[in-house]
Amino acid sequence: MSRKHTDFLSFVLPGWLLPVSALVVAETAMRATGIQSDGLALPSRIAAALLDLVADGEIFLRSVETVAPIAIGVLTGGTLGLLIGVWLGLSTTAAQLAWLSIELFRPIPPVAIIPLTMLVYGIGIRMEAAIIGFACFWPMLLLTRDAVASVDVRLFEVARMLGLSRRRQIVRIALPAAAPRVFTALRLTLGIALIVAVTTEIAANPFGLGYAIISAGLSLRPDVMYAFLTWLAILGWLLNVGLTHLHRRLFGATAGEASS
Amino acid sequence: MNRASIRVAPVAAQACTNPAIAFDGVRLDLGQRRVIDGLSFDIAPGEFACVVGPSGCGKTTLLRLVSGLLAPNAGEVRRFGATVKGASRDVAIVFQDYGRALLPWRTAAGNIALALEAIGLSRRERTVRVGALLEKVGLAGHGDKYPAQLSGGMQQRVQIARCLAQEPRILLMDEPFGALDALTRQALQDEIARLVKDSGATTLFVTHDLDEAIYLGDRVFALEANPGRLADVIDVDLPRPRDQLVTREQPEFLRLRHVLFDHVQKAH
Repeated sequence: MSRKHTDFLSFVLPGWLLPVSALVVAETAMRATGIQSDGLALPSRIAAALLDLVADGEIFLRSVETVAPIAIGVLTGGTLGLLIGVWLGLSTTAAQLAWLSIELFRPIPPVAIIPLTMLVYGIGIRMEAAIIGFACFWPMLLLTRDAVASVDVRLFEVARMLGLSRRRQIVRIALPAAAPRVFTALRLTLGIALIVAVTTEIAANPFGLGYAIISAGLSLRPDVMYAFLTWLAILGWLLNVGLTHLHRRLFGATAGEASS
Repeated sequence: MNRASIRVAPVAAQACTNPAIAFDGVRLDLGQRRVIDGLSFDIAPGEFACVVGPSGCGKTTLLRLVSGLLAPNAGEVRRFGATVKGASRDVAIVFQDYGRALLPWRTAAGNIALALEAIGLSRRERTVRVGALLEKVGLAGHGDKYPAQLSGGMQQRVQIARCLAQEPRILLMDEPFGALDALTRQALQDEIARLVKDSGATTLFVTHDLDEAIYLGDRVFALEANPGRLADVIDVDLPRPRDQLVTREQPEFLRLRHVLFDHVQKAH
């Protein structure tokens, strides 16, 4: 237990060392030179702005405006991609039929459909969710397809010899075997969703963290802008830590880590 | 086909009963390669038949033909008189690569239960049956471990238990002990001989180990390669139950070993 504790400290300490010293150096250097710029802000000012945003709840409001379309987009686009991906992974005929369509649609940058979604939905959460859904659909579809297609044929032979029905082969063999890689796909997809959400908010949709960042920039408040950027970094980091932890909990014991 | 195919009357043959496994002029091509050509033989119900031969003689292919995972290009494969038309729950197969054949996300008990889920047994009944099977293969108390937590020998026991759960009439084994160390292999040889005898299943056992084939089999089929054909069949007239030391020291064992060894040498 105590060994684990020191391992934890020695792991975390060097990681914090660099950003914290960078902040201290920036603060002292900027105070010493008295530099004035619309693109810079004192770390202490940024921290104060962040505290203000937390205190009046604005940062949470903006976060909800960004997270809600991400949730809707990932749930719809991701689920659809997952289902079609499973289907294409199981059926070579379906995969052959679909590949050209996929290769034609997939390269379209999600932000390129902003004008289309504005025509259909106007501005607001639905428009943003639609773009995120489009962005999430393709990686989820392709990665799920590959995950299912690469399930060891031996497992399907076992299933056939045991007399499992096709439905049971999918539910009890194919899906659990592909699950770890599908989960990795989900992590990747959530990262993409965050990028697309903020991009959409900066470019077109006056809501959420992206719009807060560009508003702060345009109103010459670099401290507020940096505060929102810091908040985004923290959000992204928490998301990744949470998902990594969940991944280990779900698949750790069966991924061969528990051997010997 | 005029090739002299070797047909030997099965040891335990009774008049008028269909052979458990029958090959009748079977040919199989995989792509350009002729893997098996003009193969004919019968195996009687309850018989323990071993197949030996050099690599590339189609030993594994033979099992896949019996299991129905593969279909021949010519000739016929029959089980109990009926032409093989696909996989059947009457036929179980123990694969050599237990690491690939077990579901890594299921415990030992869960892997065995998979065979029972296919026939829709209730959870309670499954638990009882799985417990009995674990005990039978010497894994009592290991049911809640994952394959990655078990040794190679134990993983192979799990696979054997899963096959026995099917209560198969035909048990196919594809070099099941090839990847195990010598001591584990000997222990499992004795166990499989006992389990097969208890279950009464007809067994087709593929191995590259000549001693193992003689030690386990009622008959040993020697194949030659390119394309796979039947080269010879020897009857093993050694008393059962067999013993790792006594049986292997008997003059008859040594004589058969000599015959088979000469054969495989010639085939190379």
